[in-house]
Amino acid sequence: MGITFRKETFRDDFTFKNSPEHIRRFPFPFHEDAYMYAVNIEPHVVGPKGSVLENLIDVDEHYVAEMQDRALVLAEDPLRCQSLPHMTLAGWDLLELLMEQQALGYPEHFTLTRDGDRWRWINRPLGIDDTFTFGDTSTLPYGPMEYITRQSQGDFCILDQRDGNLWMDAGMVTTQADWSLDFDIGMNFFEWHAPVPLAHEKGIFVRALKFLTNIQQGKPARRLNWTMTINPRLDTSPENYHKWGPDRATVTPENVGDKVHLRVELQSFWRLPRSNGIVFPIRCYLIKMDELVTQPKWARRLHRVIRDLPEELATYKGLTRYRPTLVEWLSKLDNGSATSPGFGPD
Amino acid sequence: MSTGTTKLDVVVSDVVPVNDLVTRFHFRRRDGELLPTFSGGAHVVVEMRDGDLTRLNPYSLMGSPLDTREYTISVRRDDVGRGGSLFMHRSVKPGLEMVVSYPVNLFSLDLRAKKHLMLAGGIGITPFMAQTAQLAGAGGNFELHYTCRTASLGTYADVLQERYGRRIRLYHDDLEERIELDRLLSSQPLGTHLYVCGPAGMINWVRERAAALGWPPETVHYEHFAAPQPGLPFDVTLAVSGKTIRVGEQQSLLEAIEAAGVDPPYLCRGGVCGQCETNVISYDGKFIHNDHWLSEEDHRSGCKIMPCVSRFEGKSLVLER
Repeated sequence: MGITFRKETFRDDFTFKNSPEHIRRFPFPFHEDAYMYAVNIEPHVVGPKGSVLENLIDVDEHYVAEMQDRALVLAEDPLRCQSLPHMTLAGWDLLELLMEQQALGYPEHFTLTRDGDRWRWINRPLGIDDTFTFGDTSTLPYGPMEYITRQSQGDFCILDQRDGNLWMDAGMVTTQADWSLDFDIGMNFFEWHAPVPLAHEKGIFVRALKFLTNIQQGKPARRLNWTMTINPRLDTSPENYHKWGPDRATVTPENVGDKVHLRVELQSFWRLPRSNGIVFPIRCYLIKMDELVTQPKWARRLHRVIRDLPEELATYKGLTRYRPTLVEWLSKLDNGSATSPGFGPD
Repeated sequence: MSTGTTKLDVVVSDVVPVNDLVTRFHFRRRDGELLPTFSGGAHVVVEMRDGDLTRLNPYSLMGSPLDTREYTISVRRDDVGRGGSLFMHRSVKPGLEMVVSYPVNLFSLDLRAKKHLMLAGGIGITPFMAQTAQLAGAGGNFELHYTCRTASLGTYADVLQERYGRRIRLYHDDLEERIELDRLLSSQPLGTHLYVCGPAGMINWVRERAAALGWPPETVHYEHFAAPQPGLPFDVTLAVSGKTIRVGEQQSLLEAIEAAGVDPPYLCRGGVCGQCETNVISYDGKFIHNDHWLSEEDHRSGCKIMPCVSRFEGKSLVLER
């Protein structure tokens, strides 16, 4: 049984919605009633059936619409996809990884056939059937990274590893939470994390870098991150701040449920075999408050998390303006009863 | 979480004597599938079951990364070492089932380089076998200078010259041929990266000359392939797991810890990656530090040890393991 892909938009009329099954599989990021930074990294292994971890690269009902939205972003701003000259080999590594994983997890939608370096890739949802020579860029319509990431949900950063550091030297970034590949390209791990509050003082980035530079082939890792977005807009980039920034002033007690979205990033980390780089897929999941609160445990917990969030974090995540309205709205769904441990709905 | 690597079940598919000291071993997957792709400079850790003793030694992969039907390593026989290379030479025959780790690369090419200048000494040639194959396949610009004791001990010198012709320069100790290092380092185009793998003395010499001639440190790459050294047996208390162990003469401290059922993380087992760094709780005696990871200050402090390569002599040693 295949996925039924939704026809929907992430801009203008914002018709994005989650089906009831997709609400239940949403990767709710809070395992307790409070939130603070931690190096919350765990092995990226296959999780329960019906969860977003059922496959290591998740494809869901939003796939086709997200790929259409990405194409629109790229048409307006080609710099969302960049690869420094030494990163082409890593691009081929990524192409192999994503084709293999998508074909493995969703054989009804994707097929990869290899005969030596002669590869055939069939992507049925997007109507693609291409035969090309692995390693020969001239046989694809785009560079290898751009080609495959126009067909894969989530943003992708490819990090070169050298001098004991990681360098943001390639990426496809169109569904980002207010950061810019064009700004960060060529930066190292500490440079691109410089704006994050509190975490530097806690030594989190030193430890995280040590962990990431030791990620091994065949042993990917993952973590969840989160923020909030007004309207189901994938492209909340600094480049387009003028389009989405003002949305934050439009939240009213009447429209919280429809406008305010929890935005969760499933970030994973994979060693790339040929280039020895690291790919960092950042997969964005959106859920509007009306959908989220259909799970009473999540409603109670989110209320407590947002209410008690340290001010610096609320500012960094851009919640300041509408936090009181949101907390007030959520408080009506919190009867004070206990929440069960763990992420899942009751 | 543990940062050890995933294991691969392999079978020895061929054993080929290369010269008086070096033998090449070929591994294929037991299930007949392809092995994981790797990058030039990567090593695997080979598990050797030698009676009661388990040794885990790292060896550079020397085949082409473009061909993953098999992995190949070359092992230089060390008659005074801990016995790992002797085990490989004497006991490993075609058909033997073994376990190797996934590839790990701690000596990878800097793909920004306009030119790759490689310096190899002796068995330090092995990572360059894979790196040259990778670069040649992609039209990369490289030049390899290789010093060996005699022509007959110039492992793979003939293969390399046949493949790459003038890009390979050989130097034979018995003919008093020496790399003209200063001239070489002074005449490279901008954007050249330097790679050196060989005995510690050679690595230190090259790094020192490169620094003196103004090479930026991030363009100088090196791989020590120091194996753990044998030494006097010593006793260690593992405070966290509540065990007291004896480290045998031919055993590394890390191997003795593992034999007691405690599994610290590791990657290189050669004192460079930092994974197995262990805190010392107390000691009465002296450390024999052989690693390249801890600072001199760490070595002097007596607070830390790298159990993969370092040893201890004295009355008592208590570790946080």
